[in-house]
Amino acid sequence: MTAPPKLKIATTSLAGCFGCHMSLLDIDERLFDLLELVEFDRSPLTDIKHCGACDIGFIEGGVCNAENVHVLREFRANCRILIAVGACAINGGLPAQRNHLSLPSILEEVYHTSIGLAPGNAIPNDPELPLPLDKVHPLHEVVKIDYFIPGCPPSADAIWKVLNDILAGRKPELGHGLMHYD
Amino acid sequence: MSSFTLDGQTVTFDAGQTIMQAALAAGIYIPRLCYHPDLKPHGSCKLCTVKVNGRQASSCTYQAQDGLVVESNTSELNDERRALLQMLFVEGNHFCPSCEASGNCQLQATAYELQMMTPHYDHFYPDRPLDASHPDYLLDFNRCILCSLCIRASRDVDGKNVFALSGRGINTHLIVNAASGQLADTGFSGDDKAAHVCPVGVILKKRSGFRVPIGKRSYDIRSIGDLAEPGES
Ligand code: SF4
Ligand code: SF4
Ligand code: FES
Repeated sequence: MTAPPKLKIATTSLAGCFGCHMSLLDIDERLFDLLELVEFDRSPLTDIKHCGACDIGFIEGGVCNAENVHVLREFRANCRILIAVGACAINGGLPAQRNHLSLPSILEEVYHTSIGLAPGNAIPNDPELPLPLDKVHPLHEVVKIDYFIPGCPPSADAIWKVLNDILAGRKPELGHGLMHYD
Repeated sequence: MSSFTLDGQTVTFDAGQTIMQAALAAGIYIPRLCYHPDLKPHGSCKLCTVKVNGRQASSCTYQAQDGLVVESNTSELNDERRALLQMLFVEGNHFCPSCEASGNCQLQATAYELQMMTPHYDHFYPDRPLDASHPDYLLDFNRCILCSLCIRASRDVDGKNVFALSGRGINTHLIVNAASGQLADTGFSGDDKAAHVCPVGVILKKRSGFRVPIGKRSYDIRSIGDLAEPGES
């Protein structure tokens, strides 16, 4: 008997800190069980640069610049199920704490008026750099998101529970101790 | 003795008790945010909405009566409660990882209890400057849910009237009753009842942040549904 085809997972970090990816790796030896069921497509773990057709997209971080929007849309176009992982993906998180300030005033302060800057310091304008968005947004404000795993970062056990619920076709639920926003 | 049923369970009550008071005395959790056992009920957050003989009512203001049939823990009511919570989250700025109230916060704990996996709606990201004028207390309005507990405590218990609500509808906001609008210019003190009733992370004592690490706080240890009195920690 042949094993059922493995599900494909893609992962990425947008305006995040990679903490949620670290938490994913924190499932430790359960990674071996997971790898029986899934294989990784685009991900910082594989270094594949673009996402093919996938079953699950796992995204940490919110949307803070134009490149984040492109990557998020690529994931939505290719992944059957999209999961927003962690506080930043869910409500913008720490990067969104700039949202009550105007973008020009932030750039001005960071690159022109704050103390300790090198002489002649200027706002970076290399065309390679993605343009920052006016506001940082959580993923669900840009594309449809199917599931959410809250936490900063979510614990390995919370990620494991939700992935297992989804792989088993159950509605993901996090009981007391697994559900955290901090 | 007089009694009503709550989700099929018989609950006895003393004359004059509300459904909320009788449920609390019987050890039954009804979600709530603007109710405090020591203060007059306000009936504004609507988290405690139940069905009384088939019609929706706020259990914190509804007088218990003999023979009532009350429903509370139903998927219909919990879905509506979750939507109310989601609106509270997006209307303010709730960045729990950097909030001193995290783990002791009733808004957060209620959202855990009701399985709020996402705030769902678009965020407002309002601009609400802090008031750090008082030597001992800080006000972080970003997290105010307008429950009015601090207002009632300051007015009815402390006799000081330090806080008030101003504006209408979506513009409603909490203000400090001083010509300058600053907490330092009121008689507010850490001994006030008002310093200890905020269900979220607005009224914060200075120089005591993060004494208890995240992960070891009240609702990290037990869920809010395991019958905690509001304000207890
Ligand atoms: S007040 Fe509560 S919900 Fe708001 S940020 Fe603080 S812990 Fe989170
Ligand atoms: S400051 Fe706290 S107690 Fe006062 S109205 Fe806002 S949320 Fe309620
Ligand atoms: S607790 Fe009853 S309306 Fe808020």
